Amino acid sequence: MTATTTEQTSADRGVTTAVRRRKRAAAAYLHRHPRLRLGGLLSAPFFWLGVAYLGALGALFIAAFWTTDTFTGEIIRSWTLDNFRTLLTEDVYRTITIRTIWVAALVTVVDAVIAFPMAYYMAKVASPRTQKLLVVAILMPLWASYLVKAYAWRIMFSEGGAVDWAFNPLGFGSPGYGLTATVITLGYMWLPFMILPIYAGLERLPNSLMEASSDLGARPFRTFRTVVLPMAFPAVVAGSIFTFSLTLGDYIAVRIVGGTNQLLGNVVYDNIGAANNLPFAAAMATVPVVIMLIYLSAVRRTGALENL
Amino acid sequence: MHTVRRGLLAVAATTALIAAGCGTSDDDSSSSSDDQGSSGFEAPDLEPLSEVGEGEGELNVLAWPGYAEDGSTDPAVDWVTPFEDETGCDVNVKLFGTSDEAVNLMKTGEYDVVSASGDASLRLIAAGDVEPVNMDLIPNYADIWPFLKDQPWNTVDGVNYGPPHGWGANLLMWRTDVVRPAPTSWSVVFDEGSQYSGEVTAYDSPIYIADAALYLMNTQPDLGIENPYALDQEQLDAAVELLKQQRENVGEYWSDYLKEIQAFKSGNSVVGTTWQVIVNLAEADAPVKAILPAEGSTGWSDTWMVGSESENKNCAYMWLNHIVSPEANAAVAEWFGEAPANRKACELTDNADHCDIYHAGDEEYASQIHYWTTPIEQCLDGRTDVECTDYSEWTQAWTEIKG
Repeated sequence: MTATTTEQTSADRGVTTAVRRRKRAAAAYLHRHPRLRLGGLLSAPFFWLGVAYLGALGALFIAAFWTTDTFTGEIIRSWTLDNFRTLLTEDVYRTITIRTIWVAALVTVVDAVIAFPMAYYMAKVASPRTQKLLVVAILMPLWASYLVKAYAWRIMFSEGGAVDWAFNPLGFGSPGYGLTATVITLGYMWLPFMILPIYAGLERLPNSLMEASSDLGARPFRTFRTVVLPMAFPAVVAGSIFTFSLTLGDYIAVRIVGGTNQLLGNVVYDNIGAANNLPFAAAMATVPVVIMLIYLSAVRRTGALENL
Repeated sequence: MHTVRRGLLAVAATTALIAAGCGTSDDDSSSSSDDQGSSGFEAPDLEPLSEVGEGEGELNVLAWPGYAEDGSTDPAVDWVTPFEDETGCDVNVKLFGTSDEAVNLMKTGEYDVVSASGDASLRLIAAGDVEPVNMDLIPNYADIWPFLKDQPWNTVDGVNYGPPHGWGANLLMWRTDVVRPAPTSWSVVFDEGSQYSGEVTAYDSPIYIADAALYLMNTQPDLGIENPYALDQEQLDAAVELLKQQRENVGEYWSDYLKEIQAFKSGNSVVGTTWQVIVNLAEADAPVKAILPAEGSTGWSDTWMVGSESENKNCAYMWLNHIVSPEANAAVAEWFGEAPANRKACELTDNADHCDIYHAGDEEYASQIHYWTTPIEQCLDGRTDVECTDYSEWTQAWTEIKG
């Protein structure tokens, strides 16, 4: 790929020759400098990660140290720790944080319990054809709008709604709007995010291991407990990161089916939407970030992240 | 590992740089509170329009639900289309559920006109989000009842910020098949709310604290509440206490009027605060009734205002003149269920008694409604020996009430 061959092949093309030569030269230069090549390739995504993502997080964190003029709602850019002081000293925010963590944990557990058997069936029992159909069926609800699904649950949980109708013969009616309804609705919303990682994890699990286990005399439950579960655990953890973090940030479902309850997301939303207190909303928004960091470092200790 | 460390260091350094850049600027916004005008703040110096020219062909309206109907809710209810046909201004309507939402949306500068209640108007004026309105350019302003003009919520230091639109009271609505006997007092949602535990509803905004304060004004005169928007710390604590008790019985709070209608239809909510327009819409499918309880009520007196960053000011003035015209004002007043501001509107309502029912023009009655106002540090009832709680404290209290 020297300059002479370039000249020969494009000799009859007149004007384009110079352009081509320059292109070739640039390509050759990049070829000789692999680091530059790598830098060029990665600069766009790194710009995105650095500015749009980490930069936004940084701006959020900085805004948390500002305050607003309570009357006009204009932001006052002077440093203060007031927002964090309020956050830590007022009981109500602790209550809301704990409630949110509870809801997120419950949604995660509910999803894991429902998702595991389904994923197991898909990965190990179903025929390849059924397997494909099931994957489509699980992805299908993701095509529908979040709001449509949430309002559908609102109507189902209403008095005389579908839930009432289904459970009345058993002696209890709809739980009404509240945390139970929120957990069920969110559990429904995020179920695909739990099934898919577990399904992928179980699919990688060699059948021979289970066969070996039963050949050695282990009953199915023992095989499940000592072979399948430990190997699928990282996949469950991966799914739980989705369900946990998605629930942590949700504020719409709880507004629609949550009755009087508020979660962290609602406090953030109300401080932007109603109080117009952007700095306090920013301070509040750091709470889920901190919770997620703790969660991820706890997960890392289990070693689950290395096996993903 | 080394590269990771270096990366983190770089991020930290960048953050510090940004922080240093952002921290010091903009000191003038805080200093404005030092030299206040007669109304507790100084309005930014903005010039009103001097003449109305050719329409720009577009108008972005920010309105309470029911204030800008184009026939899509009910084909018979339409005062937007006639305006579009007449002026050539295409109207885009955005609805809001609380005054806070309106204030925030106006900050974007994307809306040309807004229907602002008293708890939004002063905040908008103080922030410079709306500009003075030249009333000479609004011929229909002449027909508006004088007692609505030049009021503290639409005029600052003698400068008008928009024509009055109409006023009314927040009502008490209930399901007639569940709530018996028919309530006559707000006590049904406060002290006696436990009868309907889990089925009481309330408005989801800090301004609802005033409803509790109004109730306390009648039931606990010892507290000395004169004006439900001027609460000192002790009075606010009492209102918060009452609302925390109420929360035990509240099924859900509403700010989305459609959610409220659905909840009353399904029976999840059976009693609570409402607007007349919600009653009108719910009545068709559910046995509901609404009254103005014995204690009186909080209410609103609305003003149409022009956004200071509006690019369609000619259309905006045409809209202002249209919406307070006798025809449109009568239609809005009847649909939303409020007293019109234009006296000639009373001759055009479908129900000939509309203005009597809503006491339009009845200055005495109007003065008994406690219009939404933004609570500020300087007590609105004139007390000078105490400091009152401001809206940010109300907001924090509201979060606490909801728990």
